[in-house]
Amino acid sequence: MRDLQDDDARSGAGYNFAYLDEQTKRMIRRALLKAVAIPGYQVPFASREMPMPYGWGTGGVQVTAACLTPDDTLKVIDQGADDTTNAVSIRRFFARMAGVATTERTTEATVIQTRHRVPETPLRDGQILVYQVPIPEPLRFLEPRETETRRMHALEEYGLMHVKLYEDIARHGHIATSYAYPVKVEGRYVMDPSPIPKFDNPKLETAALQLFGAGREQRIYAIPPHTRVVSLDFEDHPFEATKADAACALCGATDSYLDEVVTDDTGGRMFVCSDTDYCATRREASETGDSA
Amino acid sequence: MYVAVKGGERAIDNAHRWLAEERRGDAEVPELGVAQIREQMSLAVNRVMAEGSLYDPDLAALAIKQARGDLIEAIFLVRAYRTTLPRIGASEPVDTGAMACDRRISATFKDAPGGQVLGPTFDYTHRLLDFALAAEDVPPPEPAATAQASGTPMPRITATLGRDGLIQQEPASDETPTDMTRTPMEFPADRALRLQALARGDEGFVLGMAYSTQRGYGRNHPFVGELRIGTVAVEMELPELGFAVEIGEIVVTECETVNQFAGSRTEPAQFTRGYGLSFGQTERKAISMALVDRALRWQELGEEDTGAPAQDAEFVLAHADNIQATGFLEHIKLPHYVDFQSELELVRRLRREAEAAAGPARQEAAE
Repeated sequence: MRDLQDDDARSGAGYNFAYLDEQTKRMIRRALLKAVAIPGYQVPFASREMPMPYGWGTGGVQVTAACLTPDDTLKVIDQGADDTTNAVSIRRFFARMAGVATTERTTEATVIQTRHRVPETPLRDGQILVYQVPIPEPLRFLEPRETETRRMHALEEYGLMHVKLYEDIARHGHIATSYAYPVKVEGRYVMDPSPIPKFDNPKLETAALQLFGAGREQRIYAIPPHTRVVSLDFEDHPFEATKADAACALCGATDSYLDEVVTDDTGGRMFVCSDTDYCATRREASETGDSA
Repeated sequence: MYVAVKGGERAIDNAHRWLAEERRGDAEVPELGVAQIREQMSLAVNRVMAEGSLYDPDLAALAIKQARGDLIEAIFLVRAYRTTLPRIGASEPVDTGAMACDRRISATFKDAPGGQVLGPTFDYTHRLLDFALAAEDVPPPEPAATAQASGTPMPRITATLGRDGLIQQEPASDETPTDMTRTPMEFPADRALRLQALARGDEGFVLGMAYSTQRGYGRNHPFVGELRIGTVAVEMELPELGFAVEIGEIVVTECETVNQFAGSRTEPAQFTRGYGLSFGQTERKAISMALVDRALRWQELGEEDTGAPAQDAEFVLAHADNIQATGFLEHIKLPHYVDFQSELELVRRLRREAEAAAGPARQEAAE
């Protein structure tokens, strides 16, 4: 009997390389090719039930499984960190099911699966960044019906989104979207970049291939290397990539996205890099912050 | 000094060990066998098979044991196993008309060829706790007279109505229906696809939807035309032989409802139907499914869209699957601090600006 719960270091004997059978991989690769051919367009695919729950990265896992080759080096991050529990769980899954090398170094990885962040270190040609996507449809919270939103994309009818952003400005003085900030890809499709902080949006224009997998919603989409990605805004309210106005307390970086860490119950707090590899690499190169 | 939180790996290992220990419970109490679950928790096993979309009582029982009795977790285990199985082909459609029935009732006719058979039902039990069951080593009950032994053919009740043209005929088709586990869901979904989604949908969700139609949100006046539970043969055509052979038997529950009639100047009045079918003895599910199926047919039957949730195929089908639902619901336990941080900064900024704007105004009011 197969034991999928047990997470010890046994090999994935009895399963195909990277868990999915080759027919399924082929189906996913076809969807990926279509996604690359039409940047930002959500391609429906027959998402499989995976041995981890929907909402925990099943889309990303399927895309990674379809991309991995035995020579790849895999990095998995969640909230920018390699050691968050779900990142650990997914990395172990592939270490066991594909036997590929794993790394925490952004520069060493050929495939990076991520949830909620884009690594700080610029990606290079040949790298693949796989995003886990909860709700792929940028228009979903404006229009709950899939039949409607598909029509809106087909007709390039994005007025509703601009009205929403305008209403934010009218009410709050700012566009009140701070993550999963919508972008327009290569001048055509409005796309949800997954729940990355809007600080990461400028990094969506990169030399790496970016693939997005939404398992529960059965959608795959992509941004090919060097594709134009524009965050939606207005002339008088231009897009702004924001972060906490502080430097990392560990490495002193002022250019990285920061997590706020509560240090006591009297309002004490500190800021540290969300990208653990970026922070560690800087500290090794002996750039230190206040608390180190 | 702050040290970045490490130790995700060790925490996971420890959590799994603790989970295994809790699953076993008090080691003084004998361990539950998979066969015991299969035989004595058979309705739980049936639900796991129905919503797990895999007919295998042993695997379902194992999943229940592993999941500590959490049926949705057990269904998840079965689904994740099922998805790895290769497709070798498709069976012939099962003939539920030829079912060897354990239970067969009709609420529309007092008697019918083949008779009414109550079978092993809770229906007329008084729900009083039977403290005698708390004792161990109770001798097994005397075997009951079973319907299957009689071998009487039980033609479908709706076929009787159909002969007189009193109920709408369903169009027959040899077309291969879309397989929702191999094709992404597309809307509008045809009836075959809707029935597939309902058959594996969460019992509680489908029950709630069905109940809402009874209370007026898309009412369709259902009668249980027939409910039958029993064994059907599964046949498959083998290319080497060129004809179909029986490869096994499964127990299924089938419900056909007879619903409000439709008619017009050109077409005489006719009753309509709803249909439910699920693995095992799962009659609450099959009846619920039939009611929701009927509600979803409003367009095809020329009825009014009352805006009832049960009439909305996109709403019902997108939310019926408990594995999707529980996964997405529970994923909010995962860390979201990157997103939360960006919200925190935005809210702080908005408050700062609001306070700055309110500051001079408050001063003016005080003067």
